[in-house]
Amino acid sequence: MTILAVAEHRRGELRDVSLELVTAGRELADAADAELHVAVVSGDVERYAESLDREGVDAIHTVAAGEEFNHDVYVQAVAQLVGELDPTYLLMPNTVDGLDYAPAVANRLDLPLVTDVIGLELDGGLTATREMYGSKVETTIEVEPPVAVTVRPAEWPAAEGVGDAEIQAFDADVDDSLVRSTVTGFEEAAAGDVDISEAEFIVSIGRGIEEEDNLPLIEALCEATGATMASSRPIVDNGWLPKSRQVGQSGKVVTPQVYLAIGISGAVQHVAGMKGADTIIAVNTDPNAPIFDLADYGVVGDLFDVVPALTDAFE
Amino acid sequence: MKILVTVKEVAEVADDFEIAGTAIDETYLDYDLNEWDDYAVEEAVQIQEAGDDVEVVTVTIGPGRAEETIRMALAKGADRAIRVWDDALDEAPLLDVEAKTDILAAVVAEEEPDLVLTGVQANDDAFGATGVSLADEIGFEWAAVVNGLALDDGGELAHVRRELEGGVEELADVELPAVFTIQTGINEPRYASLRGIRQAQRKEIAATTLADLGLDASAAESELVVTAMYEPETESDTQYLEGDAGAQATALADLLREMGVVEG
Repeated sequence: MTILAVAEHRRGELRDVSLELVTAGRELADAADAELHVAVVSGDVERYAESLDREGVDAIHTVAAGEEFNHDVYVQAVAQLVGELDPTYLLMPNTVDGLDYAPAVANRLDLPLVTDVIGLELDGGLTATREMYGSKVETTIEVEPPVAVTVRPAEWPAAEGVGDAEIQAFDADVDDSLVRSTVTGFEEAAAGDVDISEAEFIVSIGRGIEEEDNLPLIEALCEATGATMASSRPIVDNGWLPKSRQVGQSGKVVTPQVYLAIGISGAVQHVAGMKGADTIIAVNTDPNAPIFDLADYGVVGDLFDVVPALTDAFE
Repeated sequence: MKILVTVKEVAEVADDFEIAGTAIDETYLDYDLNEWDDYAVEEAVQIQEAGDDVEVVTVTIGPGRAEETIRMALAKGADRAIRVWDDALDEAPLLDVEAKTDILAAVVAEEEPDLVLTGVQANDDAFGATGVSLADEIGFEWAAVVNGLALDDGGELAHVRRELEGGVEELADVELPAVFTIQTGINEPRYASLRGIRQAQRKEIAATTLADLGLDASAAESELVVTAMYEPETESDTQYLEGDAGAQATALADLLREMGVVEG
């Protein structure tokens, strides 16, 4: 039996999720007494393979094809590798690029697909744990192998140790006529006036602020306390604050001494950007908001009452 | 040019809720247009307004209840809607990516759109996979997590921005026909005008069964079986600041001073 995990890289760097996939794959391989194979497609595959050769990896398949991620290349290469190796479980990252090829691979190979999993257990078939309704509940899903899974980043620890995997080049037959999209460049979208990732005290606002007209309430608090203002995604989507202020997966990752989250529910994409704060304080009307799961201090209350009172305390 | 937009009615859960079996008790659910699909509809309507002879058709897999949500999309400017539902779908405990792909592919075969727009994900089950899976099934090119879209004049190419992690965007040229999964923030979804709401009442919502699409009940079957639903255990030891807003604010101010991040 074989487990196949597909690594991810971007602009010359192996992404963290790759070594997390190795850990998830190794756990499954141990439970199933299977071999763990890792694939890396495009870019400097030999250098990536060296980094991926961690304890417990049995084989690494390198596919030299272009530099950057291209889903048309990935779908062909991964589908051919699966055809060759016949893995029982195919693990891919639940990232922006992962979601750009994994569903097509699963469809092409007629594999059931479970995305964004946060837990995997073997019990005859596979039991995958995933969240629903913005992290309010978890569900377990059973599915019979073979199956394709995308794994949420930062749920498994990075694989460690040095392995002695067999590193072999896989000669994928990539049909260029099927490559119908071309990456023309990358842009930093979050450059801006202030680098929030340097701030020591961040006051961050979310949907709870309700309207753009309510922003001065937060600006007053920031002024009185010397805090740097940041926000969750919806505030930036609405155009109320620039992208440079967005904390989360698609924005900035911040590690301040204090992160005061006001009216932020704590969706996983936001948490990815702020969980490294030394102290997290949350103000929210909903006592069940996921943000309270990681807050050190919690205020269950209405920001429209609490924030002006807090500002007053410093004036 | 014809644009097909997938529109999902999603369940939103009340702050306090109960779980019944492997689902949330219906009493605690409200239904609304999926947030990502709102942006997809807006993007389609903007392409329609900028072009000549562009038809925008929405497709929804959902029960009669969903028509209220579908009317919202029609009121914003979509021309007509297709709603797929029947007993087999009603009885299905979960529609997985494969089931949705097969159903939507059958709708594409009927409608023959030039462009398909979907939301990146639905905010209830959040599989985030249907658009790309559909693209592969129908032989369209695609791009996932698109937050910028410009169609080339010739109609054979689209210039897209894909929102990657960490504030980085990828620029890509994608051959048409294509499926794009649309990210929030790509545009500013409009509110429906009164005129739009009135007009929507007269627009067609074609009730369609699996049989109408040449599919049988097996199309509603899923290989994924939900075996449990529960509230996640929290490992947090959050210390709550009690009292009324004034007392909470005072405690919070003391805390911030103690930690040395605020003076005064």
